[in-house]
Amino acid sequence: MAKSNMIMIDGNEATASVAHRINEVCAIYPITPSSNMGEFADEWSAKGQKNIWGSIPDVIELQSEGGASGAVHGSLQAGALTTTFTASQGLLLMIPNMYKIAGELTSAVFHVSARTVATHALSIFGDHSDINACRQTGWGMLSSNSVQEAHDMACIAQMATLASRIPFIHFFDGFRTSHEVSKMEKITDDQLRELMNEEQIHAHRERALTPDRPVIRGTAQNPDVFFQAREAINPYYEACPGHVQQAMHDFAKVVGREYQPYQYVGAADAERVIVIMGSGAEAVHEMVEWLTERDEKVGVLKVRMYRPFAAEAFLAALPPTTKAIAVMDRTKEPGCVGEPMYIDVMTVLNEARTEGRSPFSTEPVLVGGRYGLSSKEFNAPMVKAIFENLMTDTPKNHFTVGIVDDISHTSLAVDDDFDIAPDDVFRGVFFGLGSDGTVGANKNSIKIIGEETDNFAQGYFVYDSKKAGAITISHLRFGPRPIRSTYLVKKANFVACHQWVFLDKYDVLEYAEPGATFLVNSPFTPEETWNQFPLEVQEAIIERELKVYCIDATTVAQDSGMGRRTNTIMQTCFFAISGILPRDEAIAKIKGAIKKTYGSKGDEIVDLNFRAVDATLANLHQMAIPEAVSTERRRPPIVSENAPDLVKRVTAVMLANKGDMLPVSAFPPDGTWPLGTTQWEKRNIAIEIPTWDEELCIQCNKCVLVCPHAAIRVKVYDPAELDGAPDTYKAVDYKAKDFPGAKYTIQVAPEDCTGCTLCARVCPAKDKSNPRHKALDMVPQMPLREQERINYDFFLSLPEVDRTKVKIDVKGSQFLQPLFEYSGACEGCGETPYVKLLTQLFGDRAMISNATGCSSIYGANLPTTPYCTNEDGRGPAWSNSLFEDNAEFGLGFRLAVDQTQIHAEHLLKQLSADVGDTLVSALLSADMGDEAGIAAQRERVVQLKATIQSIDSPEAKRLALIADYLVKKSVWAVGGDGWAYDIGYGGLDHVLGTGRDMNILVLDTGVYSNTGGQASKATPMAATAKFAMGGKSIEKKDLGLMAMAYGHVYVAQVAFGAKDRQTIQAFQEAESYPGPSLIIAYSHCIAHGYNMGDALDHQQAIVDSGAWPLYRFDPRRAVIGENPLKLDSKAPTIPFEKFAMTENRFRMLTKTDPERARELMVNAQRAIQVRFDVYKQLASLTINSGSTGESN
Amino acid sequence: MDLTTTYLGLKLKNPLVCGASPLGASLDTLRHLEDSGIAAIVLPSLFEEEILAAAKGVMAMEGAGAGFAEATSYLPDPKGYHIGPGQYLDHIKQAKETLSIPVIASLNGSSPGGWTRYAEKMQAAGADAIELNTYFLSTDITENGADVENRTINIVREVAGAVSIPVSVKLSPFFSSIPNLAKRLVEAGAGALVLFNRFYQPDIDIEDLEVVPNLRLSSAEELRLRLRWLAILSATIECDFSCTGGAHHAGDVIKSVMAGANTVQMVSALLIHGADHVKGTLEAVEGWMSEHEYESIGQMYGSMNLSKTPDPSAYTRANYMKILDSWER
Repeated sequence: MAKSNMIMIDGNEATASVAHRINEVCAIYPITPSSNMGEFADEWSAKGQKNIWGSIPDVIELQSEGGASGAVHGSLQAGALTTTFTASQGLLLMIPNMYKIAGELTSAVFHVSARTVATHALSIFGDHSDINACRQTGWGMLSSNSVQEAHDMACIAQMATLASRIPFIHFFDGFRTSHEVSKMEKITDDQLRELMNEEQIHAHRERALTPDRPVIRGTAQNPDVFFQAREAINPYYEACPGHVQQAMHDFAKVVGREYQPYQYVGAADAERVIVIMGSGAEAVHEMVEWLTERDEKVGVLKVRMYRPFAAEAFLAALPPTTKAIAVMDRTKEPGCVGEPMYIDVMTVLNEARTEGRSPFSTEPVLVGGRYGLSSKEFNAPMVKAIFENLMTDTPKNHFTVGIVDDISHTSLAVDDDFDIAPDDVFRGVFFGLGSDGTVGANKNSIKIIGEETDNFAQGYFVYDSKKAGAITISHLRFGPRPIRSTYLVKKANFVACHQWVFLDKYDVLEYAEPGATFLVNSPFTPEETWNQFPLEVQEAIIERELKVYCIDATTVAQDSGMGRRTNTIMQTCFFAISGILPRDEAIAKIKGAIKKTYGSKGDEIVDLNFRAVDATLANLHQMAIPEAVSTERRRPPIVSENAPDLVKRVTAVMLANKGDMLPVSAFPPDGTWPLGTTQWEKRNIAIEIPTWDEELCIQCNKCVLVCPHAAIRVKVYDPAELDGAPDTYKAVDYKAKDFPGAKYTIQVAPEDCTGCTLCARVCPAKDKSNPRHKALDMVPQMPLREQERINYDFFLSLPEVDRTKVKIDVKGSQFLQPLFEYSGACEGCGETPYVKLLTQLFGDRAMISNATGCSSIYGANLPTTPYCTNEDGRGPAWSNSLFEDNAEFGLGFRLAVDQTQIHAEHLLKQLSADVGDTLVSALLSADMGDEAGIAAQRERVVQLKATIQSIDSPEAKRLALIADYLVKKSVWAVGGDGWAYDIGYGGLDHVLGTGRDMNILVLDTGVYSNTGGQASKATPMAATAKFAMGGKSIEKKDLGLMAMAYGHVYVAQVAFGAKDRQTIQAFQEAESYPGPSLIIAYSHCIAHGYNMGDALDHQQAIVDSGAWPLYRFDPRRAVIGENPLKLDSKAPTIPFEKFAMTENRFRMLTKTDPERARELMVNAQRAIQVRFDVYKQLASLTINSGSTGESN
Repeated sequence: MDLTTTYLGLKLKNPLVCGASPLGASLDTLRHLEDSGIAAIVLPSLFEEEILAAAKGVMAMEGAGAGFAEATSYLPDPKGYHIGPGQYLDHIKQAKETLSIPVIASLNGSSPGGWTRYAEKMQAAGADAIELNTYFLSTDITENGADVENRTINIVREVAGAVSIPVSVKLSPFFSSIPNLAKRLVEAGAGALVLFNRFYQPDIDIEDLEVVPNLRLSSAEELRLRLRWLAILSATIECDFSCTGGAHHAGDVIKSVMAGANTVQMVSALLIHGADHVKGTLEAVEGWMSEHEYESIGQMYGSMNLSKTPDPSAYTRANYMKILDSWER
C-alpha cells in the first residue's frame, strides 16, 4: 500500500496548504491561475482551520492586486505574518509595494503561479515573464519545479525570509505545476512548527509599528542621504544565499527532502549542461537520466534560487568539465542582448573568468534559448534538440525551441517522433466535455491510483477556449517511479473518447500508440458502432491494432438518474478494462472515492453514482475489429471551402487542436486579427434547436433579442428575394405596416445555436388548441442540421434591412444586423444579448474598449473572433487593454476620436473654397441623431472624398485619410462588475467625472464570473460566493446612485429579461447623451446556480422583488425642469426570499447555515425596501431648473 | 372536563392536532401552538422526490461550465452543503427538545428503499410516530387500481416492519373501495388512518394558457366527505382515525369525533386565525360539552358512526337518493 501521508493534490493546493498554516493574514485578489490558492485559504479559514499557532488566518479579498499588496504591506508593517497569492498582471500591480516591502527589509512571501504578461495578446497560461518583471524590486525568488517542490519551497521561502529579512517570491509554473495533480508527501503541522523559527518570528513582530514603541517608516529622503541609506541594505543581500542554503539544510533534516539553491543532476563529467528553472527542469532531468544511461556526458543545473543570484554557489554546482551551456529562459525580452537568466549566467562566467575564479578547464561556450512561452509544450524531443545544439561546433545562440520560426530562424529542429516514455508507465488521454464531468472523474481516478497504490501518478487537464460546449482533454500518467514528464502525453496506451461527436471533429486517435486501448462512448450498439466510425478512425484502429471498447454511457447515465453526466460511468469503464487494479477492487475503490467526494452531500447523491457504477459493466463491450474498413465517410473539413485564406491556413489548424504546428510566419507580428471568424467554426454543440411555426408567430422578434449567440435571426425583405429559396425555407407575410408587402422570416443557425432554449422560452405565441406548441419549439438538431444549414445560408444571402427605415424599439432593433455572433460564451449567457444589442444599434460606428473578463474572453479568445462587419465592411473596433484600466482605455479612444474629428473639421474649413461651402456647411452642421442622419452624413463624406481626390495639397491628403471621423463614432467601455465596481472603479469614476461623451456598459453578474464566481462589491447581500462563503453580509454597492450623484451622468439600470423595451430605450438614450453614460445591465450567469433556460423568469423575479429596480436618470430632463430620474419598475411585488430561493447562490446558505441565511434574508429584504424607497422619493422630487437656486 | 384521547398509542390531552403544514417548520410557531393547547404536532412532509431532484441538481451544477481553464467551478463547495434529510431530522430533534407534546413526522417517499430508510432515520431522530403521506397520482394507463392499492399497502408493510414507533397512513379519498383498502392497510401495520389528503388543485391561467399552482385553504364543505368515511370506517375497522381537511371550529371537531376520529388535524384555520385559535376552539369544545353535559371526549367517540347512528342509511347510497329527492321537492 501507499504511504499514508502521500496525497494527490495540485500545485496551488500544495502551496496554499503550507501558506495557510504559517501565516496570519492573506490579502488576495483572484487572478488565473493563482485564484485557487486564495480560494483554498478562504475555504479553510471559513471552516475554522487554524494555522500552526492556533489562530484562524484572516483571508480577505481586496479590490485589486494593487489593493491586496497595500493591505499585505500594512499587515506586515503592523507585525502579522502575511502573504498573498497572485500571478501575471496581478504581480505587476504589486510592484510598487514590493519595492517598499523589500526596501524596509520585511519578511514576507508572495506565492506566484507564474503566468504570461499580456503583450500582443493576453494569455492565462504559464511562463516567467511576470516574475522576471520583478527582478528589480529587491525580492528574493525561489523557483519550484513540481507540486512537491511547490509545497516544500513554500515552507523554505518562509524560513529564508524570516532569517534574511529579504522578502521572497515563491513561484512555480502556472497551469503546468499550479494545476497538475501529482503525488506528494504532506509536511505535518509538527514539522512546520519545528521549521518556523520562533525567535525570528518574534524579531519580525518586534520590528512592527506599534504605538507602544513607536518608530517612523516611509520617510522622504533627499539627495544628501538617499543613496547611502539605500546601500546600507547590502549586507542583507550578501547574507541571504547563506540563509536560503541553511533553510534548505534544516528542511532536509526535519522533512527528509534535500534541495540545493542550484541543484545539479547528471554525469559528474558532463560536457553539456542545460541551466533552467521551473517545471521544464524536470523534463530536462528526465532526459538527462535517459541520456546518461546511454553514456552521454550531459547534465542539468536546476536554478531554485533565482534571486539573489549567488555566483559562487552557481559556479560550484557546475561540473568543471562543462564545455557548453544552454541557459533556458521561459520569457522574452525584446531588444535585450539576451534573456535575463542567460545574462545572469554570462555575467557570472565572465566575472569568474576575469577575476581568475573560473572552475572550468576550458571556458564553456554559452548560449541562451527561449522556450515554453504561454505554457507552450517543453518535452523530451525539445530537450534532446537543445543538447544536440550544444554538440555542434557553433551552437545556435538566442534560439527558440518548441516552435517553428520561419521568420527569424531562431528555432531548433525537433524530432517529434522521438520518445522516451517507458513501457511500464501508463499514459492515458481522455476527451470529454466540460459539462460531462470527465475532468472531475479523472482527478478522482488518478487520486485513487496515487493514494491507494504504490504508483507515482500525475494528472494534467487541458481546457477549451470556449465556454459553451467546452472540450477537455485529460492527460494521466502513473508508474513505479517519480514522474518528471512535465508535458502532455503524446503517445498513449489508453485513449478514451467520452463524446461521440469528437470523432468527427478531432484526430482523437493521434495519441494512440500501436496496441493501445481505445474506449468510446457510443450512442450505437457494439455491432453498429464500427460502421459509424469515420474512415480515419477505422484505419487507425486497424493499422495500430487497437483494442476497442464501447459503451452507451449517455443512456446508462440517463437510466441511472445521472442526467447528462457520464463521468462515473466512463471512469468505471476505465478501471474495468485498464487492469490497473483487480476489477472488484477497482469498483470498490471507485465507490470509496464517490463516498469520499459526495458523502458529505448526502446518501442520495452517493446512491445515484453507485447505481451508475453498477449499471456500467453490463453495458461495456469489447468490439470485434474487422480486418478491413467498412466506410468511405471521412471526417468533415474543419472549415468551409468558402472560408478566407487566413481562416483555412491558420484558424482551421487551431480549431483542429493543432495550433502548435503553425510556424511564426502564420501570425501577425502585432496581435492584429480580422473580425468575423466565428462564422467559419460550425461547432454543432446543440442537442436541440428551435424550429419556427411561421403561422403561429406573432412577429415580436423577442426570440432574436434574447439569443446570446446571434444564432436565431430575423429578416424582413422584398418577396422577390424568395426566388431560388430552398424547398424547406419558411417565409410569411410581414404583419406590421412599416414594411408593407414584405416577407418575414425567423431563421435559426443550426450549427451555431447552443441549444440554450431562451428563444423558445421567451416566445409568447402559443397554439390555442395545443398550448404546449409555440411558434418556437425545441427539436433535435441532428435531423434538421443539413436542411437548416442550407436555409440559413439562403437567409444570410438576403439583403439586410435599410437601417434608416427601422423604428428602433424592441421589434425594430432586432431587424438590425448583429455585429457580434456565435461567440464562445456559455449556453444561455446573460451578458451577450446586451453586447449583441450594442452592435445592432451602433456597431457600424462603435469603438469598444473591453475590460478583461468573460466579455473579453468570449469577445476575442482565439481561434475565432465573434465581432464582425456589415456588407460595407464596417463593424465594431474592439480592443482589450487590461482589467483595471478599461474606462481610461476607452476614454483614450474618445480623446483620439475627438481630436481627429476636430482636425478633420479644421482641414475641411481650410479646404472650403475647393470643397464648396454648401457641402462643408452640411458636413459641419449635420444632425446625426438617428440612422437617417448618420446615413446622410456618410453620403456627404463619400462626396467629400470624391471632391478632394483631385486636390493636390497636403491638407487634402490628410483630410482624405480622416474624413470618416466626420461621421459620429460611438465610444463604449464594456466590462463586468469586477471591473466596474472593484478593480476599475477609480478609473470609471474619473471617466464619469470628465464629462466626456463615453458610454459605459457594465455587465453585472454580481460575481467575478470569468475566474469562477468570486465575490465582488456587486454581489448581493445574502448570496454565497467564493470569498463570501458565509453569505455576503453587506449590501450590493449602488453604483448607479453613486454615478447619479454627479448630476451630469446618464445612468440606467436595465434587465432585458424583465423589461426589454426599457433596455432598448436606455441604450438609445445613453448613446445619444453627449456626456458620460452608464448602463448597469443585469446579467444572469451560471455562477448563480440554476438552469440558464429559466433565466428570463429569474430576471423578471429579481425585478419584481425590488432587488433590481429599473430606472433611467437622464440629466437632460433636469435642464428642462423635470425630474431626471424615472423609475421603470414597480414597488416590490414579491418577497426577495421567493426569488432568492430559486437560485443556488442564495439557497446554499440555507443548507450550510440556516440561522445566518434567515438573518441575511431579513436584512436583505429590509435593505431592498429602503433602497427602493430612496429611489421612489428621488424620482418624485420636484426639480427647479431656474436660476433662483430654490428647489422644492 | 376530560378532553383526553389516545391516538397511535399516544396519550393526548385533547383531540386537536396541528396537521402537516408550513406551521410545523418554525420552532417558535410550534411553541406557540403548544402554549395554546395543541395536543400533538405533525411536522411538514419530507418529500424524497425533492431530495432526489436536489441531488440531481447538485450533480448538474457540478458539471456546469467546469470545462474552462479559468473557472473549474462557479460556486464555492462548502462541505456542509448537504442534500438529504439532515435538516428535517435535525428539526425533529429540535422539536422534541422544545416541546413536551408528541411530535409526529410525515413522510412522502418515492423510491423503493427511500420510504424505509427515511422512516428509520425519523425514528432515530426521536419522532413519536410517522404519518405516511402516500400522495400519488396515477397517470399511467397500464397501471390499474389494484396496482395502486398494492403499492400503498406494500409501502405501509415495509415501513411498519422497519420501525417500532406507530405508523399512520394519510389516504386519498380516490379509491374504489376504501373499506377494503383500509382493512388491508391496518393488516399491513397501519396504526391509524388519516382521512383525507387534500390535493392542491392546479388552476388554469386563461390569459397565458398556463397551468398554475393554486393553494386554497380548506373549507367547512370539505369536512362532509371526511365525516362520512370516518363514520363508515370507524364502525368496522379496528384502528385509530384522524380527521384532516375542513375542521375549522369547535363544532367541526365535535362532529369529527362523533364520526369516529380520535384526533382532528387543523391547518387552514390556524393559518387564517393563528395559533391562538387552538385555545379558542378547545374552550368552545369544552363549553359545548359542558352545555350538553358531556363529561369526556370518549363519550362522543364514534357516537355517530355507521354502527351507532340512528339512521345508518344517511351515510350510504340511500343518502344520495334522499338528497336528490330533496332537490325534486
